[in-house]
Amino acid sequence: MLLSKAAKIEHGIDTYLGNVLKASLIFDKGIRSYFEGDYDSFSRRVAEISTLEHESDNLRREIKLTLYKELLIPDSRGDVLGLLENIDNVIDWAKKVLVHISIEKPQVWPELKQDFISLSDVATNCVEELVKASRAFFTNIADVPDALVKVHFLEHEADELEARIMKKAFSGEFITDLCQKTHVRYFAERISRIADEAEAVAERLEIYTIKRGL
Amino acid sequence: MPAVLIFLSSGLFLGWSLGANDAANVWGTAVGTRMVRFRKAALLCSVFVIIGAVFSGSGASTTLSRLGIISEMAGAFTIALAAALSVYVMTKAALPVSTSQSIVGAIIGWSIFAKSAVDYDALFKIFGTWVFSPVLSALVAIMLFFLVSFLLKHVKIHLIRLDSITRTALILAGIFGSYSLGANNIANVMGVFVISAEKVFSPIQLAFIGEFTVVQQLFLLGGLAIAAGVFSYSKRVMMTVGTGIYRLSPITAFIVVLSSAIVLFLFASVGLKQFLEAQNLPSFPLVPVSSSQSIVGAVIGVGIAKGGKNINYRILGRISIGWIATPVIAAGFSYIMLFVVQNVFMQKTF
Repeated sequence: MLLSKAAKIEHGIDTYLGNVLKASLIFDKGIRSYFEGDYDSFSRRVAEISTLEHESDNLRREIKLTLYKELLIPDSRGDVLGLLENIDNVIDWAKKVLVHISIEKPQVWPELKQDFISLSDVATNCVEELVKASRAFFTNIADVPDALVKVHFLEHEADELEARIMKKAFSGEFITDLCQKTHVRYFAERISRIADEAEAVAERLEIYTIKRGL
Repeated sequence: MPAVLIFLSSGLFLGWSLGANDAANVWGTAVGTRMVRFRKAALLCSVFVIIGAVFSGSGASTTLSRLGIISEMAGAFTIALAAALSVYVMTKAALPVSTSQSIVGAIIGWSIFAKSAVDYDALFKIFGTWVFSPVLSALVAIMLFFLVSFLLKHVKIHLIRLDSITRTALILAGIFGSYSLGANNIANVMGVFVISAEKVFSPIQLAFIGEFTVVQQLFLLGGLAIAAGVFSYSKRVMMTVGTGIYRLSPITAFIVVLSSAIVLFLFASVGLKQFLEAQNLPSFPLVPVSSSQSIVGAVIGVGIAKGGKNINYRILGRISIGWIATPVIAAGFSYIMLFVVQNVFMQKTF
């Protein structure tokens, strides 16, 4: 009885982490589509990530309620819920960035196109490593530290790419209008924020992992 | 019969206090951390304490009876009352106390009062076991800790599934711990009444089971008193143990409870003793030991296995004070109370 409930929650957590990974991949594809001018594909990605974010919210709530209702993992319940709630910020940000792009339609500058795509790739890789670390937290804590090192490394990479985009936008002469420079900076910061959110979760995960030790 | 019940009341009170306090050693962490609900813990604890007491309680009781042949009900009543009073006084003074140590002290007090020869061989065996049992608990806990760590490292179990397995393991360890507690500690509660009860009770023939001996009847009464203590008062103690004193994870709690249960079982099981002796192996003396000290030993064992940080070694000093202070205080109370019962209430105590 208890094991079947456990199996249900396990499945829920696996699905949820899978959704986070999927959301990061949709985000990456969406950014690539937008900067390559494939706006139909971009619109599909916006719709997909919105649906996924909604589904994930429901799933997270269901996991939370079951954990409390069935009094499961009393010792680390707070940590697990903290992990799931904070990792939810990653999906939220990925959706928010795509939605903002779809509304504000920032101009695509050929000089910055590749940098934005690279920034998106790095942020996505960062989330992938976070998902690996989170899965390891549930099944094999020995694998968590290596994955977290990668998260920190990729977040740093994302910061450097963000700074490069801003420098190019503000010091280059291809953008003359300050509003447009600021718009470029705004989206570089927002995409990089996904890696920041992943790192924030990674820091929590470090503590949760120490606490999970015998 | 009412007179018998009055005489047994001190033993039943000891049983009640054992249930109220020592059940928390076995189930405290599981209930305090809400891994197991109190009602379930109390029910399982009561049932298995009674089973352990009735079917395996005679071993430790026999050793205790070697300290003194207490053939009068009034003497047994006074000894149990002196032991109960010692537990109360020591608890009020915030000193670590064990029912096992106070009952032994009270019996020694009786031996001095009755000018009966003390079996020093049995006494040294009992003292040696008190010192050895927490050490053995620590050793068992260290071994179990490394075994569980090895298993968890190599068998990758999902956190949620691990929680279900730990919950089941805690219940099984609690059942084993309750059985061992009943088997080992019933001697403290009813051991002194065994000889005098033979004069009052008679064996009962039960269908399918066979003879229900006087000792078993007595131990059933003691087991019921322990169960009453578990249901009426142990919840508060369990919550304190589970959340206050030992900050253990559910897995380390399982290790601690199992280690303590193994030690209590080793010092209570007649079957195991006979088996080891049949194989020409050294066996464990059947002696009532302190479940609290066994638990503390196991907690220290886990602490050592984790690298030896944050271990409060002062608690060891306090425990060793208890080994001497409790029997001495109990012997003093016993002597004085026997004098009063014999000379004021005109009851035959030996």
